[in-house]
Amino acid sequence: MSQNKSKEVLFGLYDDETDLMDAIRVANKEHLEIDEVFTPFPVHGLDHLLHFEESRLHIAGFVYGAMGTLTAFLFMSWVFTRDWPIIFGGKPYWSVPAFIPITFELTVLFCAIGMVVSYYTVNGLAPGVTIPTLHDRITDDKFCIAFNTNGASAQDIGNMKDFLSKTGASLIDSKVV
Amino acid sequence: MSAVVSPIREPLITGSKTYHDITEDICGPTERAPGLLWTIAMALSVAGLATFAFSVFWTVYFGIGTWDLNRTIGWGWDITNFVWWIGIGHAGTLISAILLLFRQKWRTGVNRAAEAMTIFAVICAGQFPLIHMGRIWLAFFIFPYPNTRGPLWVNFNSPLLWDVFAISTYFTVSILFWYTGLVPDFATMRDRSTGMRRKIYNFLSFGWTGSAKHWQRFESLSLILAGLATPLVLSVHTIVSFDFATSVIPGWHTTIFPPYFVAGAIFSGFAMVLTLMLIARKVLHLEDYITLEHIESMNKVILLTGSIVGTAYLTELFISWYSGYIYEQFAFFNRALGPYWWSYFGMMACNVLSPQIFWFKKYRRSIFVTFFMSIFINIGMWFERFVIIATTLARDYLPSSWSYYVPTWVEIGIFVGSMGLFFVLFLLFTRVAPVVAIAEVKSILKTSGDQYKGKNAMPHHHAHDDHGHH
Repeated sequence: MSQNKSKEVLFGLYDDETDLMDAIRVANKEHLEIDEVFTPFPVHGLDHLLHFEESRLHIAGFVYGAMGTLTAFLFMSWVFTRDWPIIFGGKPYWSVPAFIPITFELTVLFCAIGMVVSYYTVNGLAPGVTIPTLHDRITDDKFCIAFNTNGASAQDIGNMKDFLSKTGASLIDSKVV
Repeated sequence: MSAVVSPIREPLITGSKTYHDITEDICGPTERAPGLLWTIAMALSVAGLATFAFSVFWTVYFGIGTWDLNRTIGWGWDITNFVWWIGIGHAGTLISAILLLFRQKWRTGVNRAAEAMTIFAVICAGQFPLIHMGRIWLAFFIFPYPNTRGPLWVNFNSPLLWDVFAISTYFTVSILFWYTGLVPDFATMRDRSTGMRRKIYNFLSFGWTGSAKHWQRFESLSLILAGLATPLVLSVHTIVSFDFATSVIPGWHTTIFPPYFVAGAIFSGFAMVLTLMLIARKVLHLEDYITLEHIESMNKVILLTGSIVGTAYLTELFISWYSGYIYEQFAFFNRALGPYWWSYFGMMACNVLSPQIFWFKKYRRSIFVTFFMSIFINIGMWFERFVIIATTLARDYLPSSWSYYVPTWVEIGIFVGSMGLFFVLFLLFTRVAPVVAIAEVKSILKTSGDQYKGKNAMPHHHAHDDHGHH
């Protein structure tokens, strides 16, 4: 998302998510290449219309979780069988059932922290990051379709503008971000 | 929208709101100067916090001998308060995680504040084990770190250590979950503001733009975090109950404790959510977002969990008799008719009998009744922990060591003061962050707004008819 070189963007704002979805359907039919779509809240079904691949965060989550499981279980096993074996209440050194609560907690902890860090990293979001926004109402009540017009011909830009106005965009503007 | 909503469900957002109205209504209170009520509440809370700080200082300086705990009753108000606060800290994650998995739309109106409450309650809960250690400057000994004493590790077989892991994990995951939901809403606040305020919210919103790809990842993350938080929330109070259940004290050594504690935690957590939300909706004018429908739903959860708790109390009594084990029988006889009989009856009245009023729809939808019930339940659940802890310890195996315990002003100061800590944090939260999850409420508007469903619904209503273009 965060590119260093500036990008010329033509965008249209829609007042309702149904207008936005209809517009994207038209764009798909006309083979217009939408650069990005911005919405104030998660719109159901948008990812299918935009042909997004399923997020792989859950796979990362599984890996982080498994790391937590192994870390906790192997560490406790090492401490109580190799490093400093102590008998507690006449139980065996390697008292597996007693390790389960901590193993579970660390699985959850590693998975949650790992996934949240991954999520912000792949999104390019972090404290202090500023990504220029196209319009202040996009996080309020406007639904935005943006085209990248870097190197686009005047005719292409005209087509994009026609598309935005005929699909009911209430505001059409361009911006360099 | 393709989501299917049963036609008999009542609307969850009233007042024919548009998306922009939602932004205005929820961001508005944070952009205006605080009202008189807020200022008074803050002053009282700061006084509470000062009491807390002073009492803790007293405890640390003179030692926990200032609490009048004795050889027989080694756990008094401190652990009672710890379990009480940690129980309250269960509703937020239950609402945001378990109800997300169950696709309960009413969660969206209350989840943000409930999660904030969870985090602040866990902060309060965490104070008590730390203070209770006596030598608080050595509190880091509870973590397994390589040390020069061998290294000598902590006892991984001890439920008290499981607690350390459970509560710190719960606290971390709750904060991550809460903040991830706050980021898009902070972006909304950023885009409405100018100057310094914009800079601050820009920092807090991590540069959120509302990109469709980000939202897709957001939903994926929320779902998995909810999936993780669900067993986590159940595990935390299970492990807290292990502190008691794995001991060999009659009255504590029972297998019913984990489910009974979890139900009690949800019960008390919802009561505290109701106490806070009934005030917040009035003071911040959120009646259109936290409706009677929300309150009724929470009262249903209270009725269910209250009845589970009541059943558990009776099961305990029955089993202690049925076990034929005289020490167990004595422990329960002593709970109900011993020196602390009043706390047992307080617990029974507040937790078991009084919630039964919620079988009646009229009372489930009454704000007055709900508010008083929520206070009763908070008191009752405190009594429950006191009954379990102090009553059980007061009469142990040796009649010669039987004892009675009354808290000193220091312990009372710490407990009352911890509420000051809690309310200071909560009141600050209402000033700096949206109290209702803006984006989530917007996402249910088309299926649960009163202009789209219910008896006031207008046919073919479009959200953009209501305000001008910009």
